[in-house]
Amino acid sequence: MRTKNTIIFSLISTFFLIFLVSIWKILATLQGLDIKSLNLEIIFIFGFLTSLAHLGINDKIKTIYKSIIFSLIFVFFDGYLMQKLPLWYNIGVFLILYFYTSKINKYNYESLKEEHSTQVILFDFLTLFGILFFSFVILFPFYMMLVTSFKTQIALLVNPLDFSINFGQDLKDLFKSYFVIFKSYKFGKYILTSTIVSVGTVIITLLFAIPAAYAVARLNFFGKTFLSTSILIIYMFPAIVLVIPLYTIFSQLGLRNSIEGLLIVYTATTLPVAIYMLQGYFKSIPKELEEAAILDKLSWFGIITKIIIPLSIPAISSVALYVFMIAWNEFLFSLMFLDNPNSFTLSRAIQYLSGDAETPRQYLMAGSVIVTLPVLFIFVYFEKYLVSGLTAGSVKG
Amino acid sequence: MNDTLANTEKKTAYILTLPAVFLVFAIILFPIFANVWISFKQVELKDIRIPEPRAKKIVKSISDEPSKIKILYKLRNSSLLQEIRDVSFRDKFPKNFEIEKLDPRCDFKKYTLKCDFGDWPAKYRENFQVVFETIDGSQIDKEKLKSKKPKLDGTSDNILLNTNFTLKNFKKVLFENEFLDLFLTTFYYTFFGTIGSIVFGILTAQMVNQKFYGRTFMRSVLLFPYVAPVVALAYTWELLLDPNSGTLNSLLLNYQIIETPINLLGQKYIQINILGFDFKLRLALTTVIMFEIWRYFPLAFLFILARLQAIPKELYEAADVDGASPFQKFFNITLPQITAVISILFMIRFIWNFNKFEDVFLLTGGASGTRTLPINVYQQGFAISDIGMGSAVSMVIVILLLMFMFFYFKLLGKRVDEN
Repeated sequence: MRTKNTIIFSLISTFFLIFLVSIWKILATLQGLDIKSLNLEIIFIFGFLTSLAHLGINDKIKTIYKSIIFSLIFVFFDGYLMQKLPLWYNIGVFLILYFYTSKINKYNYESLKEEHSTQVILFDFLTLFGILFFSFVILFPFYMMLVTSFKTQIALLVNPLDFSINFGQDLKDLFKSYFVIFKSYKFGKYILTSTIVSVGTVIITLLFAIPAAYAVARLNFFGKTFLSTSILIIYMFPAIVLVIPLYTIFSQLGLRNSIEGLLIVYTATTLPVAIYMLQGYFKSIPKELEEAAILDKLSWFGIITKIIIPLSIPAISSVALYVFMIAWNEFLFSLMFLDNPNSFTLSRAIQYLSGDAETPRQYLMAGSVIVTLPVLFIFVYFEKYLVSGLTAGSVKG
Repeated sequence: MNDTLANTEKKTAYILTLPAVFLVFAIILFPIFANVWISFKQVELKDIRIPEPRAKKIVKSISDEPSKIKILYKLRNSSLLQEIRDVSFRDKFPKNFEIEKLDPRCDFKKYTLKCDFGDWPAKYRENFQVVFETIDGSQIDKEKLKSKKPKLDGTSDNILLNTNFTLKNFKKVLFENEFLDLFLTTFYYTFFGTIGSIVFGILTAQMVNQKFYGRTFMRSVLLFPYVAPVVALAYTWELLLDPNSGTLNSLLLNYQIIETPINLLGQKYIQINILGFDFKLRLALTTVIMFEIWRYFPLAFLFILARLQAIPKELYEAADVDGASPFQKFFNITLPQITAVISILFMIRFIWNFNKFEDVFLLTGGASGTRTLPINVYQQGFAISDIGMGSAVSMVIVILLLMFMFFYFKLLGKRVDEN
């Protein structure tokens, strides 16, 4: 039992080490280092021996010394195998090994004897692995987008693996792609259009949604349940079905290629979500406040503007942020309705840019960074409001 | 008293909801009906432009007579296909103008030239000329004359409004459009995308539900793919997976894991050998599904995490006392607690993935075996310009989704009964 647990522990921790070191090597390769092999076998043997040695040494040496010794041995071996790699790479390897040994320190012969110890170890390492794996898989495309936008065409073709940014160069050269897309591709105009459409959608949606949500939350009227259930059904309805009829209707009314047309469609598609989220919040406001207001002979307009809105600023702002994000990210309708470059939104402009095979990819990525940054900024900054709203099922996608 | 109060309440409610209801009706419900209507018609993209009578006004001065002016209207029917009936024409002139010769179709009264041109067949063109003279012989302001535009009116058949219906579109969708292939591709895309995003959602939710340093940061990072604009993400992936200079292929080549680059988005099939058996994997479709999972697992993650955090701690404490292993705890406590969320998620994601258009469109454009039904709606409607056909495909999507929901709820209802 003990040997079996020891071997399982060593194997799991070794795989974790392999993963850690491989990620570091990939990142180092992308900084332009010439690493031709990940040397998985060597890391495997070393990791396995380290885990066994760790169990063997146990508490005989202080943890910190033990970690440093293991790390140094590995750095020495790795440096010998890889050769001629810069100092920062080796420091990185040292830190990873230090991190790794401090993680396996939790376990010793005693803990391996406990019930379910292998499962506990597996769960612990899977969590650690998951954190690193998902961070890498998710952040890597964003990182690539950003770095590519700072590169030149030649640099991208000569070595697609070189992700290093030369900060020594002139700022003008570094941000060249951004200057170009603003100057030659009129991105300033597209940003303006996107902003007008998104902010406009937010304002109109709120103007329509707040009264409707108030009515659904508070007033009794015929068709109320029907209304609140149909809100959800409409929310689920496939947008692709609306595309052709809306295209024909808008063509005949001359609303295609116009900001007004987009505003109408975006407002209509975000309204159900906005009403749904707002009425949920309005229901949580104590009724007594309004009863007092009715005694004061306040009209419904007064109740909404003087009582409901001031009390639900957090909910209203989170709805506003959502609607903004939906309108800003929207692509399907802008693809269908806009074919005149003068009325493009950012998303549509980037898609149009990519249609030309000649367009250098760093321009495409610079455009992508521009369209992504505001959304991510809003999201990270207001994360707390937004997450609670997301679980209310608000962003469609 | 009470009655009137209830009445005012009703009235207020209708006033408050009316704008929103009207807008949603006009932009969502009405188009749905319109879609049903169009799907039974033979309509092409060029048919939906309404034919218009048009006139281009050209003002010419006559060289030796400064008090006279010639005005030429280039009249035409904008449509190449349809006639316009009862075309009427009117143009206003300054008060000191007098017409020299009047066309029999026209009438000049109150300084306005009114004409009835009758019916214009398709492609109709005419150069219509009038000469004016000023009564007082004063100078004529040509620019001012030019800036006044004539008004033309006429009636024409709107192909969308007539009542000629046909089942041709649906016949074509089901029998001439590789329907089975389209349906299967859509189904694979939807099903595996949904399952994948839920599995990753469970894994990540379980992970973030643990205590570790940087947990809130991790939670926001996990949501990045979901909140970022699809255009940016799709092009980044395209760049990442590019066979010639993409990062992924370059890395794999660099470490000698592969010998020739793999075109992950442009290759329909790839031969895979597992345990001596040869498999043909649909490569581009798999890649697109991967993108879909990557982009939408955060939604599953959020829903499941919210549920996980609501599970009472006592359940786990009791299991600890009983000496349950982590896996037993996961399968016997966690999983049963999140099945309800998972079944809702499965339905939502299935419906949304089934009609997902942008992701596939931006990554492959529907090439190399990734043509799903929504992509086909776009291709039929806008690439082949057959609006009626596009509508019919989208109707088929709705019908399939309704069938899915019907069976899903039936199945769900049965399982609830059993428990």
